[in-house]
Amino acid sequence: MRCRRCTQPAIIEIRRHRASFCTECFLHHCREQVRRAIDKHRMIAPDERVLVAISGGKDSLALWDILLDLDYEVDGVYLGLGIDDYSKESQGFAERYADSRGAKLHVVDIPTEHGFAIPDAARATKRVPCSACGLSKRHLLNRAAIDGGYDVLATGHNLDDEAAVLFGNVLQWHVDYLARQRPTLPAAEGFARRVKPLIRMGERETAAYCVVKRIDYIVEECPMAAGNKHLRYKEVLNQIEERTPGAKATFYLQFLNEMLPHLDNVAEEERAQVGTCSRCGAPSSQEICAFCKLVEKVG
Amino acid sequence: MLVHLHNPKRDVEVPGPLRVNDLVSHLGLSREAVLVIRGDSLVTGDVRLEDGDDIEIRPVISGGASD
Repeated sequence: MRCRRCTQPAIIEIRRHRASFCTECFLHHCREQVRRAIDKHRMIAPDERVLVAISGGKDSLALWDILLDLDYEVDGVYLGLGIDDYSKESQGFAERYADSRGAKLHVVDIPTEHGFAIPDAARATKRVPCSACGLSKRHLLNRAAIDGGYDVLATGHNLDDEAAVLFGNVLQWHVDYLARQRPTLPAAEGFARRVKPLIRMGERETAAYCVVKRIDYIVEECPMAAGNKHLRYKEVLNQIEERTPGAKATFYLQFLNEMLPHLDNVAEEERAQVGTCSRCGAPSSQEICAFCKLVEKVG
Repeated sequence: MLVHLHNPKRDVEVPGPLRVNDLVSHLGLSREAVLVIRGDSLVTGDVRLEDGDDIEIRPVISGGASD
């Protein structure tokens, strides 16, 4: 198999693009996909300061690497979730990458700073761990961006993540969630702009990017995530993709082009209802925000 | 060839020669969900793997974040 751009021997095929790439052309392809997403969705202006959420996994480290290579001013933030050895190991990957690039990594340890670990929160709320984890991440990553004076918070959500979330939202017709599922969520009072520059890259590509760039990341799955519904949705979508290459990209990218503009008013109404949490001052549509309620339940 | 798998971590011996795509099918995996690495290099689906090759099948699906 030969590279589509230069005819050198290929190292990866990307069936939805009907293309194979050699090492150099694959790296070029990845940078171009991120650049196109940033440009099209007005994610980051050239002089803005970016904070990227780092988990120690393939997506966040690939994103950090690409943004650094594209010459953005970008620091990382790692959230310690208190998931035993998994958290320690993933923090190690994040710190070693930051050292290797001479980049700045902030660490927010939830057990130390907020007195609970994600497994505690899952037990206290009697909900799946991913629910408490996602809620904590949204709150604390936004706070880290605001407190650090960053213009933009970037996360490593990739095409597969977004297609799986879209699939779940459509299955249940969560119109308010659909209206919120945007590559760029604009800044507002108390909110940093949130962007997802990897929406044009599948997770097979982000993993391949890390292999090619010799970026070590935590390969093992989070033990709390085993069997969760998004993993099941991804399996279903991959079965479709096997038979119809490009199905996931069409599903998600056409949602952005064709459907999301019709939901602008829903998103606008939701933003108009956002006030301030009476305890922590974070933006919230309730008197007490979901994170403060979580802390109260765990405590 | 010796094939290293993840989740859970284990090694299996598979007789060669075998093309990458056939190895992935033989193991009951989706080619959308894994990378195949020989030594420390990625290989495409048409590459012929031989006895004596050291192969890692690396899963690429991760999940958990609810947002």
